[in-house]
Amino acid sequence: MFNIWRASRNRMISGLKSKDLLGIKDISVEEIDLILDTASGFKDVLGRDIKKVPALRGKTTVNLFFEPSTRTRTSFELAAKRLSTDVINFSVPTSSIVKGESLIDTALTIQALGADFVVIRHSSSGVPHMLSRYLGASVINAGDGTNEHPTQALLDAFTIKERKGRLSDLKIAIVGDVLHSRVAKSNIYLLTKFNADIRLIGPPTLIPDMRGYGVEVFYDMDDGLRDVDVIMMLRIQMERQGKGFFPSTMEYFKYWGLDMGRLKLAKRDAMVMHPGPMNRGIEISSDAIGCPQSVILDQVTNGIAVRMAVMYLLTGRGESA
Amino acid sequence: MPEDILVKNGRIIDPSQGIDGIGDILIEGGKIVKIVRQMGPPESLRLSGAESDRATVNKGKDNSLKNYRTAALPHCRTIDATGLYVLPGLVDMHVHLREPGFEHKETIKTGTMAAVKGGITSVCCMPNTNPVNDNAVITGFIVRKALEDGMCSVYPIGAITKGQKGEELAEFGMMIGAGCVAFSDDGMPVMNSLIMRRALEYSRMFGIPIISHCEDLNLSEGGVINEGGLSATLGLRGIPAVAEDVMVARDIMLAEFTGGKLHIAHVSTEGSVRLIRQAKERGVNVTAETCPHYFTITEDGVKGYNTNAKVNPPLRTQGDIEAIEEGLRDGTINVIATDHAPHHRDEKLREFDKAPSGISGLETSLSLSLRLVHEGILSMSQLIEKMAFNPAKILGLNAGTLKTGSDADITIVDMDREFKVEPDKFISKGKNTPFEGWVLKGMPVITICKGKIFDWGIDE
Repeated sequence: MFNIWRASRNRMISGLKSKDLLGIKDISVEEIDLILDTASGFKDVLGRDIKKVPALRGKTTVNLFFEPSTRTRTSFELAAKRLSTDVINFSVPTSSIVKGESLIDTALTIQALGADFVVIRHSSSGVPHMLSRYLGASVINAGDGTNEHPTQALLDAFTIKERKGRLSDLKIAIVGDVLHSRVAKSNIYLLTKFNADIRLIGPPTLIPDMRGYGVEVFYDMDDGLRDVDVIMMLRIQMERQGKGFFPSTMEYFKYWGLDMGRLKLAKRDAMVMHPGPMNRGIEISSDAIGCPQSVILDQVTNGIAVRMAVMYLLTGRGESA
Repeated sequence: MPEDILVKNGRIIDPSQGIDGIGDILIEGGKIVKIVRQMGPPESLRLSGAESDRATVNKGKDNSLKNYRTAALPHCRTIDATGLYVLPGLVDMHVHLREPGFEHKETIKTGTMAAVKGGITSVCCMPNTNPVNDNAVITGFIVRKALEDGMCSVYPIGAITKGQKGEELAEFGMMIGAGCVAFSDDGMPVMNSLIMRRALEYSRMFGIPIISHCEDLNLSEGGVINEGGLSATLGLRGIPAVAEDVMVARDIMLAEFTGGKLHIAHVSTEGSVRLIRQAKERGVNVTAETCPHYFTITEDGVKGYNTNAKVNPPLRTQGDIEAIEEGLRDGTINVIATDHAPHHRDEKLREFDKAPSGISGLETSLSLSLRLVHEGILSMSQLIEKMAFNPAKILGLNAGTLKTGSDADITIVDMDREFKVEPDKFISKGKNTPFEGWVLKGMPVITICKGKIFDWGIDE
């Protein structure tokens, strides 16, 4: 039916070890490979006229978003619907969370509603981990604080692999506010598992202590971009400006913004990536967004396939259906 | 009137008198009346230097209890402490009893019961109650409530500033009159250096210490665990060690400048130990405490987003633990206190960022600290100095000693008895401990408070 069968035939593992996907940190290379291969099967589905499979019919997905999100929530919603699950969206302003209900009570209520998947985004790191201990459903971390955003890293890896054919032995620059970026963290964990060569580029105030992961740090973007295969730009959050992390967005762009001039320092076929939403002219110029090397919109499309793969593998663990 | 008690045959340790040896203690009317050397090898009881010619320990013919009137009386209860340590009741100078205002977390009754279970017979309670203990009326309430409900002695610590706001000095004199033994804005560091200067200056006329919770709030802003590789990995905002160090440095300089008496609370960093050591070498009037969790467990305790290991200052690194152990060994750190900070279970069952900081420490403090003795970092006598004698001396309390005429506050410890930390069995309302499931060696088995015996199952 899908080429996931083909993918899993020669593999040691056929499913994910945990009931949840909380982060990239604790999953294996084999599990990541399985997810990416399964996703390529689902990407074929998304190219058909009827973009839907009955794989998870009768299951229920709850999107529990404690933090505003458009693209990630929509992507999860579409992924869940393409797999034929019923989807309920809980967002903060309409739910009882604003009425002071505790996190645990909210989770238990959702449990009682009979959810099979709970997709959680929260501004505090560790919330999906905590809730997963109280929920029988599969918890999928859709971004927790400044900790992880595992499905983003998976879709980034999928996109890189699609273009480059591999993840290992690539020079990958991650540029910007690494300190506050859960996207950067998950990408670092994932790509270093495949022995990619990671360079973190940004002001000293926004580069965390990641020495344990064997990454290289560059404060000078021109040095850091030289001969890289992939450039991952990170979003700068405007509220950081007043906190003394950098003096102004003008100065930020001057030193760490990606424009066509800087892009030339990388390899000729270097990919330009951004998890969105973007600040045009602050971390990335409009030219760079629209250039042929940009895969920013591919990332969005691939996100659906990768999230389908994650949900699919968490349910049947690849053994049935 | 408490019964008369004879504690027999234990190894008595009392740093206040330089005693370390096998002997008996006789208690009458809730007071210690005599320490007597047991029959046995003469070297079993050693007196140090200047203390040796005092009559606190009887030598020669006076060494039998038959000579004491009370020993013959039928109501004298005998505790056989053979094979056990007999110590002055511990003095914990950093405790949150939560009353008034947060009785769901702890009360004076439950907190003092937990203390007694932990071998602690005197506690000093921090002022961050609701209302804040920043005036004589609240101090008076605490003192009265402690007399009614308390299982052990309670000494209030008043706020340095009104409402712990760091703006206006509280009425030190009147609060001392009502029973305060020190001042601290614990948890709400005095950021304004001028106010800290005034507090250290003004307190000089009373000769009592200002206890400083050293944290630069700008440097620690939003932080919830130690800053470093782990905070980056967990995506939690870090509190750098330097947030503590810069305030330790500031307060030492202010103490040096003003001549005030400074006590640094809960030292957690290598840098603090170094700064305090240097200050003491210069002769600055500074003392310091640390807590068992700062020399027992590293920041790794928070892995898995364990809110029970969230504490302020945060758990640090192995290097900090080693520096603190060295500071304890060389005398830089004078005191081990718990910073007992009980919280309700629901409050800890929250987002890591939002869960309150604190560890419920009274019932594990002595057992965790005994590791230092088991490992030879401190002698038993040095440990008891830090857990009883020194805090009493710093605060001018009549406690932490077995001298004749003192309150009969005694802790009897079985060094070899193991126990498993089970928070559900804590007497404290705060079950928040990162040591759940740990098996600790050595524990208090009997606590005597002013002659009242609390037996935790020596016969089991």
